[in-house]
Amino acid sequence: MSESSLRLVWVYPDLLSTYGDQGNALVVERRAVQRRVPVTRVDVRSDQVIPTSGDIYLIGGGEDRPQRLAAERLRRDGGLNRAVANGAIVFSVCAGYQILGHEFINDLGRPEPGLGLLDVVSTRGEGDRCVGDVLADIDPQLGLPPLTGFENHQGITHLGRTARPLARLRVGRGNGTGDGTEGAFNDTVFGTYMHGPVMARNPHIADLMIKLALDVNALPPVDDQWYDALRAERIAAAVQPA
Amino acid sequence: MAGNSEPLSPRAKLAVTAGRAAAAVSRAAGKGSGSVIGGKVALRFDPDLLARLARHLDVVLVSATNGKTTTTRLLAEALRAGGPVVSNALGANMPAGITSALAGGSDARFGVIEVDEKYLAGVARDVAPKAIALLNLSRDQLDRAAETRMLAEKWREGLAGSEAIIVANADDPLITWAASSSPTVVWVAAGQSWKDDAWSCPSCGGVLQRPGDDWFCGECGFRRPTPTWALSGDHVVDPYGVAWPIQLQLPGRANKSNAAVSAAVAAAFGIDPKVALERMYKVQAVAGRYDVVSFMQRDLRLLLAKNPAGWLETFSLIDGPPTPVILSVNARGADGTDTSWLWDVDYTRLAGHPILVIGDRKLDLAVRLEVAGLQFRVCADLDEAVRAAPPGRIEAIANYTAFQDLRRRVGN
Repeated sequence: MSESSLRLVWVYPDLLSTYGDQGNALVVERRAVQRRVPVTRVDVRSDQVIPTSGDIYLIGGGEDRPQRLAAERLRRDGGLNRAVANGAIVFSVCAGYQILGHEFINDLGRPEPGLGLLDVVSTRGEGDRCVGDVLADIDPQLGLPPLTGFENHQGITHLGRTARPLARLRVGRGNGTGDGTEGAFNDTVFGTYMHGPVMARNPHIADLMIKLALDVNALPPVDDQWYDALRAERIAAAVQPA
Repeated sequence: MAGNSEPLSPRAKLAVTAGRAAAAVSRAAGKGSGSVIGGKVALRFDPDLLARLARHLDVVLVSATNGKTTTTRLLAEALRAGGPVVSNALGANMPAGITSALAGGSDARFGVIEVDEKYLAGVARDVAPKAIALLNLSRDQLDRAAETRMLAEKWREGLAGSEAIIVANADDPLITWAASSSPTVVWVAAGQSWKDDAWSCPSCGGVLQRPGDDWFCGECGFRRPTPTWALSGDHVVDPYGVAWPIQLQLPGRANKSNAAVSAAVAAAFGIDPKVALERMYKVQAVAGRYDVVSFMQRDLRLLLAKNPAGWLETFSLIDGPPTPVILSVNARGADGTDTSWLWDVDYTRLAGHPILVIGDRKLDLAVRLEVAGLQFRVCADLDEAVRAAPPGRIEAIANYTAFQDLRRRVGN
């Protein structure tokens, strides 16, 4: 890991950038630059090689067929697994979250192997899609304020023993297992169903990624007035939908 | 040729009458034009009414993610050179609204019909159109999860055996995929500014190569067809290589593209491009879009942008800095309730403009603009935003229901 600069890798925008999740890259970049941490952002298309020297890798949500294509290409590439073995941080959303697990159901209705970076297995729900504002309490170990986001998926993700739930739901369906969990994480690999994008709704998660990457305990404060106002509005909307 | 040689059956007449009555009741109750409820009632009396009404017309369908309403209007003007036109000009673009519009035009020769993307294949089956214009497909209303490529696939299946002349944008790979199963296609190089929904080959999933204006898949060979019509700057070039100037009152590249496609459709009905284009010049505004209204001593230009592709086209047509820009975003049912798409819009394009932010979801926009590093001001409502701008032109860009709110407030 580098000490004073950040290498940010946005994985496969051609396949996994359907739901505005590139906003996560923009928020991490902005909040690092505001702390005078130089950022190099690399967008890696799915016909390019995943660099293994990144500090933070971001993967977004996408539609069913692109999700399968992304999983095939990431398995073949192997770079993301090598980067994680070297200590890199990965933050994934929705389709990207499922890809990081052991397996998910692809667009053809068949089990598709994932990257095995998170101890989770995903299937597809039978009922309605989970769509709407979510509110959840993040694992106290991470020391973050409540999670707010927008979910839009039909996935069900079961956590294995080495994955911890990212958050406990107050409102929403999250992992869809009915056990009140949302998302998953281990040491440096994170997954969530939250869009919004999630880092625009939860800038403290972006800060956590930066702190992990720089191996520091704290960052200088920045002006969070608009984030705070948005959080308050969306948390109220989740508790009491219009 | 169409005409009224084959009168409507008594059942169809009854259905039309019942629909008109329901629409009148709806209007009297102050619930809008009543065209949708009228159409629904009429279709209940006669489920085949749409097909029956269309039988008397040369029908053209228009579908796309963006530009449907405007193109429908431009094309209707162009085809009036060949005879009376009936059209769902107000954008009621699902079967009930379409039925209602057609029921109102018993003397027409042409039916120019805007169709919602999800209903295109079904409506095309019902009305046996003479031509179908397909403009573009891109991400829209994400919470409804209608996958853009799946939509192209459904169009492809639905149009495979169509006898219609398909007039399609060869610069959009998804449109090309949707149209290329049809026996008769007129390809128009109508351009594509937003490319982020078309990096994957719609046929095989390979990564598309996009050098310059060309595109092709290196894996399966699916590629841009050779167009016979082309938008070239301010001109449309016809199949004989003649370049016709496009001098619309409507602004922007996207409307030149809409006009180019409309000229190609009009030509299929024997209308000369010069005649077709000159008729299109008369269009000043379409359902409030592009209208410049005087409000609180300012001139507000009303611009509708519903999705990332639409915002991209809109940024390219607004006046430069220091013209103030009002941005308004809602996330009600008709807009899609997920605002994540704001992050696919490149707001840094607004650098240098005073930016005023309103709408139900002004805080989402505020965070988006903060992260883009822009200066902006959040205002309580339109009046406050307008007061914050000096007298003169203001560009007001809004998504769907926010646009309706703007129109209501300024009395448009």
